[in-house]
Amino acid sequence: MRHLMSPMDFSVEELDRLMDLADRIMKNPADYAHKCDGRILATCFYEPSTRTRLSFESAMLRLGGQVLGFATADSSSAAKGESVSDTIRIISSYADICAMRHPKEGAPMVAASKSWIPVINAGDGGHQHPTQTLTDLMTIRSLKGSLSNMTIGLCGDLKFGRTVHSLINALCRYENVSFIFISPPELRIPDYIREDVLIKNNIDFKEVIKLDDVMPELDILYMTRVQRERFFNEEDYVRLKDFYILNKEKMALAKKEMMVLHPLPRVNEISVEVDEDERAMYFKQVRYGMFIRMALILTLLELA
Amino acid sequence: MLNVGKIEEGFVLDHMNAGESLRIYHDLKLDELDCTVAMIMNAKSEKMGKKDILKVECPIDMLDLDVLGFIDHKITVNVIKDGEIVEKKRLHLPKEIKNVIKCKNPRCITSIEQELDHIFVLTDPETETYRCKYCEETYSRL
Repeated sequence: MRHLMSPMDFSVEELDRLMDLADRIMKNPADYAHKCDGRILATCFYEPSTRTRLSFESAMLRLGGQVLGFATADSSSAAKGESVSDTIRIISSYADICAMRHPKEGAPMVAASKSWIPVINAGDGGHQHPTQTLTDLMTIRSLKGSLSNMTIGLCGDLKFGRTVHSLINALCRYENVSFIFISPPELRIPDYIREDVLIKNNIDFKEVIKLDDVMPELDILYMTRVQRERFFNEEDYVRLKDFYILNKEKMALAKKEMMVLHPLPRVNEISVEVDEDERAMYFKQVRYGMFIRMALILTLLELA
Repeated sequence: MLNVGKIEEGFVLDHMNAGESLRIYHDLKLDELDCTVAMIMNAKSEKMGKKDILKVECPIDMLDLDVLGFIDHKITVNVIKDGEIVEKKRLHLPKEIKNVIKCKNPRCITSIEQELDHIFVLTDPETETYRCKYCEETYSRL
């Protein structure tokens, strides 16, 4: 039995197979509409989420399976003080596979260690969000045709943004990928990403503060939201939340074939006017996310 | 010159940094063992200038070499039988340590679930870096 805690749990070859499967599902959804008949997905969300939870639920329903779960910690036994270890033992009896989001880092790993069913980390605090990374990889591969030979700019909260850390880790395994990190000094990438991942693997990267200066260099711009829930101090959040706003003027500086991605939800870091730009891919990204989750569920249930 | 007698069976931890022996005594939980312990502090050392030594009169298998290797893998462990050194054990940085250090990340699951073991995994032997198994928070000893 396998779990998914980090995108690095899958080798490059396994990721390729997963994305190939998602491709086949996209092309022939009817062939997969009953693959999970009689199976149940539990979505255990201790932290609010719209996209990720609904994406998992939609994925399972489209495979013919059913879903159960909770959407906040208040509506689970966690409110009564039940531990993650106990909860997953109960869920293991009710469901065949579980997607868990938790504000505490490492909670899904604790669950996986006690579970009798595959556990998918659907986001744990500021740590990992592997299915968002799978979504990002799937989107880039589908729209660009490859995951190699590109310059990707990551902009916004690079310190607490778990999607950013996971994506950097995953993309480092592909050839000729370079990074430009665009953030205020307080929200730079953590030291362990800089030292253990980038420097150690000889990856080309630079860190800048101004977005305008680097726009022409980018093949992909990955925007992120400054997340209020990651700050202990409201003042810091207010000071940093509007540091970057992507608008038409900034888009005019970019290459014609550049792609804008965002894990969503956005607040105001991308102006609504950018939505009409054909390089804005963040809503398409959501759809790819559902197909890759379908492929993941099938793979972990050994039904692929 | 202060003299501490030989031990018949047990082990001698030599070449500890001066001042470290009391912490090591507690980290190895020697206070929980029913055996005699001699702690020699600030002994003269050609190599180190000053060093601490611990003499413990109990079988070697009572000693957690992983914990000791984590604390300081340069410590010399002399195994004593019938009053003589019969073996010198080399210490290594353990791949994983359990409940020796605590994760300080307030966002880590170990901060709210008290029954969880605090497990750290060696991720870079060169820099002697350990990371929390759950949240990957760094614990660097250098």
